[in-house]
Amino acid sequence: MNLHLHPIPAPTAADNAPPLIALRDVEKTYPARSGGGAVSALEAITLEVPKGSILGVIGRSGAGKSTLIRLVNGLERPSRGQVVVDGVEISALPEHALREQRRSIGMIFQHFNLLARRTAYDNIALPLEIAGVPSSEIKSRITPLLELVGLADKARRYPAELSGGQKQRVGIARALATNPKVLLSDEATSALDPETTEQILALLRRINAELSLTVLLITHEMSVIKSVADRVAVIDGGRIVEERTTFDLFTRPQHATTRNFVASITGTDLPAHLAGKLASDPAGASQALVRLTFTGGDAAQPFLSVLTRQLNLDLGIIQAKVDHIAGQPYGTLIVGVPAVPTQVAALSEAAQKLGLDVEVLGYVA
Amino acid sequence: MWPEVFSPQILKLLVSSIGQTLYMVGVAGLIGTLIGLPLGVFLATSRRGELFAAPAINNAIGLVVNAARSTPFIILVVAIVPLTRLIAGTSIGTSAAIVPLTIAAAPFIARVIEAAIRGVDQGLIEAARAMGATPLQIVQKVLLPEALPAIVSALTLTVVSLIGYSAMVGAVGGGGLGDLGIRFGYQRFMPDVMLVVVLVLIVLVQGVQSLGDFLARRLDKRARF
Ligand SMILES: Nc1ncnc2c1ncn2[C@@H]1O[C@H](COP(=O)(O)OP(=O)(O)OP(=O)(O)O)[C@@H](O)[C@H]1O
Ligand SMILES: [Mg+2]
Repeated sequence: MNLHLHPIPAPTAADNAPPLIALRDVEKTYPARSGGGAVSALEAITLEVPKGSILGVIGRSGAGKSTLIRLVNGLERPSRGQVVVDGVEISALPEHALREQRRSIGMIFQHFNLLARRTAYDNIALPLEIAGVPSSEIKSRITPLLELVGLADKARRYPAELSGGQKQRVGIARALATNPKVLLSDEATSALDPETTEQILALLRRINAELSLTVLLITHEMSVIKSVADRVAVIDGGRIVEERTTFDLFTRPQHATTRNFVASITGTDLPAHLAGKLASDPAGASQALVRLTFTGGDAAQPFLSVLTRQLNLDLGIIQAKVDHIAGQPYGTLIVGVPAVPTQVAALSEAAQKLGLDVEVLGYVA
Repeated sequence: MWPEVFSPQILKLLVSSIGQTLYMVGVAGLIGTLIGLPLGVFLATSRRGELFAAPAINNAIGLVVNAARSTPFIILVVAIVPLTRLIAGTSIGTSAAIVPLTIAAAPFIARVIEAAIRGVDQGLIEAARAMGATPLQIVQKVLLPEALPAIVSALTLTVVSLIGYSAMVGAVGGGGLGDLGIRFGYQRFMPDVMLVVVLVLIVLVQGVQSLGDFLARRLDKRARF
């Protein structure tokens, strides 16, 4: 195998540090098996994760998320393209060199994958044993890790004696044992309840900040990405359809798949029973439905009372949701106003002046 | 009739028969495990896409194992007499009987170990690979330790089966409890001797099974409900 077939381009500027993880034009096709043709899992994937940042990858089941994350630690090899982690072209390494590299790439899993017959302590010791670390050093490595994940008192417990959240904490400590530069998380919170999920995400955030660890986090839940990711890539049918900062993606989703994901948590969509009755023509309608979106600093304004006072308008609230995304407030409000063209136009104009995004959704009887 | 059973002569025979059975089962079980364990690990890890992927060799070994397992034991004993003579120097006697017992045990053990190892969650192999473990490390540190309770249960099953098989090696002068039962109980019309032999076998099997279950339970750290 020719290891130097694809030279790694040098960073463009000295201050513009190269990304810690880079996928360049990656394609992955699983070969045909008896009883089925070849499966194209990923196509034309180009993705970069800057050092110390958290990239969330979201997609539906079968979109290719697990395949994508497994390319990063070489559990899968791309059919085409390059996978580079910290300047090393993972996709071109022979197996033994790849094993060495995997020690600097930690991974956590949906079902934790802890050894049932090892205690929490011994589970965390496993990657160190595999790396050939002497047992005297192993102890000094594990104690602070147990403290970091808040399990100092559970060292001698077996996985069966731990809750889901505690198991994942052991999984995180285990992934960090060999001092990796990268943490890969494949649906690590999908088996946990919302509260435990929040705690695990907070822990990941803290680790990311304290250890300046680069994190690639895969999920099918928008709520997971909302609080933790710096940037988000949306994957659909094996392609990345959109990749932006978390706030941009949530507030201005471009692709239909992204809108669907976003709508599920931001409340930008109409309730189904109203959406069905919506007409584009005001004729014969009694109400116009208008969506007002407020982002960032605007959210603190008392704009509703300002609008009603200014326009002397009767506003009915159909749906309202205020949320915080990547630490910034974001809200959507769907209001009903009388279906009088002049009044709708006046509302639009006044709302825009206040810095809101306005969209007339349609009319209902 | 009863006193006859407990005559010093018969009691001595009984004790030595128990000794012979334990000896045959013990040695055949041990050598069978030495052969069957690596075979079982290989069978469990060598299909396409697995740790030591070698589908052709896997199929070939699987075929041999199946052939050995489908041969009725008593036919096996007779069929391999030349091999027995080659290994044990004789084809008659307790030590000679160990050869067919071992040859019957090894493929059986290979299959039960394979099943035990296949029972280990694939996710654990994935996690170990992600840590940079070599295939050998995965076997040592993940597959064998995690499968240990199942392996103990599997070996218990093997020993119980071997106790049953060992009753048949009287045909080649192997001795042991089964042989005693047949010779005295059937051929010499001493049903009480047969009864005692059967009782001893039941106690033996029960003891082995209880010990195996106890060990397997002690080793298993999964939640029990
Ligand atoms: N080893 C494999 N062999 C063949 N096809 C595979 C293999 N692994 C995955 N695939 C296929 O590749 C596609 C992407 O699978 P992948 O597991 O990456 O999806 P995913 O986004 O992680 O889905 P989920 O959310 O359900 O985990 C699917 O169509 C899947 O059937
Ligand atoms: Mg997946």
